[in-house]
Amino acid sequence: MNNSNVELLKSLASQVRRDIVRMVHSCQSGHPGGSLGCTDYLVALYFSEMYHNPEFNMNGKEEDLFFLSNGHISPVFYSILARSGYFEISELSTFRKLGSRLQGHPTTHEGLPGIRVASGSLGQGLSVAIGAALTKKLNGDDRWVFSLHGDGELQEGQIWEAAMFAAHNKVDNLIAAVDVNGQQIDGPTEKVLSLGSLREKWLAFGWDVLETEGNDMEQVVGAIREAKNRSNKGKPVMILLRTSMGYGVDFMAGSHKWHGVAPNDEQLNAALVQLEETLGDY
Amino acid sequence: MKKYTYSEKKDTRSGFGAGLLEAGRRNTDVVALCADLIGSLKMQDFINAFPERFFQVGIAEANMIGMAAGLTIGGKIPFTGTFANFSTGRVYDQIRQSVAYSGKNVKICASHAGLTLGEDGATHQILEDIGLMKMLPGMTVINTCDFNQTKAATIAVAEYDGPVYLRFGRPVVPVFTAPDQEFKIGKAWMVNEGIDVSIFATGHLVWEAILAGEKLAAEGINAEIINIHTIKPLDEEAVLRSVAKTGCVVTAEEHNRLGGLGDSIAQVLASKLPSPQEYVAVNDSFGESGTPEQLMKKYGLDSENIVKAVKRVMQRAGSRKGVLL
Repeated sequence: MNNSNVELLKSLASQVRRDIVRMVHSCQSGHPGGSLGCTDYLVALYFSEMYHNPEFNMNGKEEDLFFLSNGHISPVFYSILARSGYFEISELSTFRKLGSRLQGHPTTHEGLPGIRVASGSLGQGLSVAIGAALTKKLNGDDRWVFSLHGDGELQEGQIWEAAMFAAHNKVDNLIAAVDVNGQQIDGPTEKVLSLGSLREKWLAFGWDVLETEGNDMEQVVGAIREAKNRSNKGKPVMILLRTSMGYGVDFMAGSHKWHGVAPNDEQLNAALVQLEETLGDY
Repeated sequence: MKKYTYSEKKDTRSGFGAGLLEAGRRNTDVVALCADLIGSLKMQDFINAFPERFFQVGIAEANMIGMAAGLTIGGKIPFTGTFANFSTGRVYDQIRQSVAYSGKNVKICASHAGLTLGEDGATHQILEDIGLMKMLPGMTVINTCDFNQTKAATIAVAEYDGPVYLRFGRPVVPVFTAPDQEFKIGKAWMVNEGIDVSIFATGHLVWEAILAGEKLAAEGINAEIINIHTIKPLDEEAVLRSVAKTGCVVTAEEHNRLGGLGDSIAQVLASKLPSPQEYVAVNDSFGESGTPEQLMKKYGLDSENIVKAVKRVMQRAGSRKGVLL
């Protein structure tokens, strides 16, 4: 990837981060921390690495599909979908407000283009992604299925049911990723419920595992491309994204305290001066 | 009064297996998943016919429900198979979020429902599943009564677009409905017309209701028997039409009296046609080990108890027949 493309993606990420803090500030509710930490991965997917059509069709045939399993980071997902053209960016101002299609957690129920399953109750998205990947195989559709999960989410048992199934059945058109920020609501994951070595765990479950810095755009893009190279070789692929919760806003970064807290007016301004407005705010 | 007879007994789950095979033949998008209970769910014929369209998920029901939701994206019609307990209570949140709230075209097919699972006991005998499933917005809930109806229902739900909970059972029971019948989701089946009392029955209790109707007829009581196979959406019109005529109601189901068919009927009647009602159902308890016949007798789910309930409710209604009792 040439430098100009990386720079373009970085500038997109800056705008998405502005959207996130402004959305969460506007309704004084939502989850900025994980959203900011996963911005680079989602920008890389939707603006560089996924083949997808903003003229949304639920079945997504001949398209790459993405499933957000950690649905609480809906702000980043909504910003990415709007900035990709799935719906008007002005609709971002309705986030979490009465009558909005941008519900607190993503849902198909209100008909928002770009969402293919509800998420929020954790641990379910990997199973859904596996199902969608199997349908692609049955349909002779050789596009990929991507999914994203929180590291705290891996404490849910269903994840490991799904992990076993995907390896046993060689679901190798699936590229899952985990946002390894080491934080969850009640504190560091290592204090709340230790995850141990995620690399060793996923390897032991029969997956091909890559690790990358999750907030370095060039490395993120490189990891996704490497994951594609390793796909279709008999194993599902896992990308472990080493991220910082709240990345991009210095006073939010690296702490679980901004998992689900909205900035006040002063904090919003302090955040926005750190994030360049590259595409124009909604 | 129509006379119902049978020449053989079969299990409703075998009706599911036969229906699944037929649905698979009719539509190549039909796929099936099972959580380590292929034999119990009678899915082997489907697997033999369409091995590439079957997924063994192991003892991992939550993953099975999530996968089924995902399989719909791209146009598949997934049928999940396991016991009723593991089809509902164990995976309620997965069904709620990934299937019902997401509006996915998943068919949750549940065998071994209720007491007639028998000897395995209360851990496996779910009596709350109809209630759990009918509370989910958009979920269709069906409980079939014999082999032929279960086969027809399985074919029908494959052709219906939306989430469905299809409930059937383990034991062999009389086959008394027509082979190759058309199953209409949400449309009650008039088993026998009558004027003195309305008996609404579902699942294994339909045959018991027929037996009860014969006993009542011998005593001069002309019972109307209606099979409510689709508990949601409920055929309210059929319920109201019948009760407007008879004035009193007995409901019969292999389920907790809380949250089942009886409550669905009571809710309609309370708001539109308040009428005396008696429940033939499990009285808010768990089951226990025993043979299906022993359990149905002990927990009061048989024709004798339907007859008693009819007499009670007719007395309450003060109907002309009730005076004679």
